[in-house]
Amino acid sequence: MKKNVIEVKNLEKYYEISRGLFSRDKGVVKAVDNISFEIPQGESLGLVGQSGCGKTTTARSLCLLDPKTNGDVKFLNPESQVLESIDELDDDELKKFRRNIQMIFQDPYESLNPRWTIKDIILEPLNIHNIGNLTEREEAVKEILTTVGLTPPENYMPRYPHELSGGQRQRVSIARTLIMKPKFVVCDEPTSMLDVSIRISIMDLMLNLANDLDISYLYITHDLAVARYMCNRIAVMFNGKIVEIAETEELLKNPKHPYTKRLISSIPVPDPKYKRVEYELNFDELDEIVKNNPDKSMVDIGGEHFIATHDVKDILY
Amino acid sequence: MRKEVLVVEKLNMHYETLDGPVAAVKDVSFVLNEGESFGLVGESGCGKTSVAMSLLQLQADNAKISSGSIKLEGQELVGMTENELRAVRWDGISIVFQGAMNAWNPVAKIGEQIREAIREHRPDNTKEENTKKIEELFNIVGLDNSIMNRYPHELSGGMKQRAIIALALSCDPKVVIADEPTTALDVVIQDQILKELKKVQDLLGLSLIYISHDIAVIAEMTDNMAVMYAGSVVEMGPTASIFNKPKHAYTRLLLESTPSVVGERKKLRSLDGEPPSLINENKGCSFSPRCPEPSKECKNQELDMKLIEVTKGHWADQCCVNCG
Repeated sequence: MKKNVIEVKNLEKYYEISRGLFSRDKGVVKAVDNISFEIPQGESLGLVGQSGCGKTTTARSLCLLDPKTNGDVKFLNPESQVLESIDELDDDELKKFRRNIQMIFQDPYESLNPRWTIKDIILEPLNIHNIGNLTEREEAVKEILTTVGLTPPENYMPRYPHELSGGQRQRVSIARTLIMKPKFVVCDEPTSMLDVSIRISIMDLMLNLANDLDISYLYITHDLAVARYMCNRIAVMFNGKIVEIAETEELLKNPKHPYTKRLISSIPVPDPKYKRVEYELNFDELDEIVKNNPDKSMVDIGGEHFIATHDVKDILY
Repeated sequence: MRKEVLVVEKLNMHYETLDGPVAAVKDVSFVLNEGESFGLVGESGCGKTSVAMSLLQLQADNAKISSGSIKLEGQELVGMTENELRAVRWDGISIVFQGAMNAWNPVAKIGEQIREAIREHRPDNTKEENTKKIEELFNIVGLDNSIMNRYPHELSGGMKQRAIIALALSCDPKVVIADEPTTALDVVIQDQILKELKKVQDLLGLSLIYISHDIAVIAEMTDNMAVMYAGSVVEMGPTASIFNKPKHAYTRLLLESTPSVVGERKKLRSLDGEPPSLINENKGCSFSPRCPEPSKECKNQELDMKLIEVTKGHWADQCCVNCG
C-alpha cells in the first residue's frame, strides 16, 4: 500500500462580498465548499470542471497562496515519512515545508519575470531557501535545464523570457518548479495556452519527470481528454464541490453523476469514425444512490468510485 | 452538384517587413460549396487567419495580395476598390472574430453595435425594422432580447460569443468565416456554441469557413477541410477521408497528437521542432526538417510543393504521397 502524499479533508474557501457601500450585510461566495481527496505517492489526480467551479481556488489554498477558511490539509513529510497537518507547523517549519509543494501556472507569458534572465528565474527558489553555495546553485540550474530538455543549458541561461517560445517558457516554469525537488506539484492548466504541436511534448515531459523523480501531480484542466492522458484518477468539480471521483477509465466508461455525463458528452472527438457519447440529463441513477445511502455525502459505489449525493437538480437544469 | 459560392485560386499574400517579405499565404486554392462547411486547421502562425483576412481584405497595412483570385459567386474580389469592398463585407462575407472578449466596443450597447452594422448596409431600413431584425437574430442564437440594452462587460464569455455570431449574421451574408470562435471558452460552453453554429447553418443554409487549431472541432464541424503548414495547404479533401487515410506526414502527426475521451487510451506522438521561418524562400517540402521519416528526395529538397489528387477530391503534397 502506497502512502498518501497529500490528504485533504473538508477543505473550504469562502470569499466575503459586501452588498453595497453602506450595507453591513455581508454575503459569502463558497468558492470551494467542503471537498476531500487524497493522492497516493507517485500518482496523479486530475481536477476537472468548467471555468469558475473552484479548481484554481483549490490549488491556491493547497499551495498556501490563499489561506483556507476551514478544513484539514495534511502533507507527507519526506524526511520523517509521516503525514503532518499544515496548521500545526510554525513559521520556520512552514517555510521548509513549502519546498515540497510547488505550482506550475497556466500562462507562461505572465508567470516569468520579463526583466530577469532564465538563470535568475530558476535560481530564485534556491536563493530564498538558501540552498548550497553559488557554484553549486549554478550547477543545479544547469542540471535542471538539461532535465527539462533545454540543452545546452549555457545557451539558455543568459536569455530573457521574451526570447523563448511558449513551449520553452513552460519548460522554464517546470524547471523552476522542480529545482526544489518537490514531491507534490500543482499544475494549473499548464498546457492550455500552448499550441497543439507542443502540447504533447510538454505533457510527455511532465509524465516522464513524474516517473523518474517520483512526483505526484494535482493536474487542473477543463479538458477531460487531457486529464485522461495525464492522470490515474479524476475528480470532477462543479460549483465548488467535488461531485465524482474515480479511476480515469472507470469515470469515462461508467459515469454516474449527471454533471460528469454532461462534461463527457461535450468533448469533441478528433475522429469522425467515433461518435460522441451523448448522455441525457437524467437524475435517476443519482436518486437511486441517494435513496440507498441517506446519510452519506459521498458514496462509494465500488472500486473507489465516489459520487456526491447533494442536490444539484436546480443548478444543473 | 452543389453550387460553388467561393472559389479561391492560387492566392499568395505576404507581409512587407524590414527583414524582407514574409510569405504568409502561398498558392492557396480551395472551393466552398453552398451550405457546406470548410475547415482550415494548423498550428499557430501557419497562415489560417491570414487566409481569412485576405478573403475579406481586412489584412494589416503591410500585407499585400501579390497574386491569385478570390471569386464570390463569380465576382472577383482581388483588386476591388475600398468602396466596392465595403459592399461585399458583411453582405457577402462576414466573420466571427477570434476572441469575443475583445471584439466588442466596451462603451457601446450590444444592440447599438449590431444596429450600426445593419444601418451601414441597409440605409433605408427603419429603426423598427432593424430592432425586429436583431430580435430575430438573438432568437436564432439563443439570446434574450434584453441583451440588446446591455454593455459587453455585463455578458459572460459564451453570451458575448453568441452575440458576435448574431452580429456576423446581421446582413444575411452568404459566407461566414468563423475564426477560432471557441478558443477562449471552456468545453461546455464551446459545445453549446458549436451546436448553435451548426443549427444556424442548417437554418439559413450558410456556407461556413471554420478556422481552428483543434482538430477535434474540425472533425465534428466540417464536410471538407484543408491542413495548412507554413503558409501552404499540404492536404485537402473530405474530412472523413482525411481522418481515415491521412496522406501527409504533418496531418498524421496532428491526428496522433490529439488526446480523446473515446477509443483506446494510446500513447500520443509529439511534434518536435519549430515551423520554418517564412522570410526565406523555402525550396521543396517545408515540413521535411520536422518529418519523422523523410525520404531521401524529401530530405534533399528535390521535390517542389505540389498537390496531387490521391483519391477523388482528396489532395496531398506530392512529396508525402510518394513517401508512402
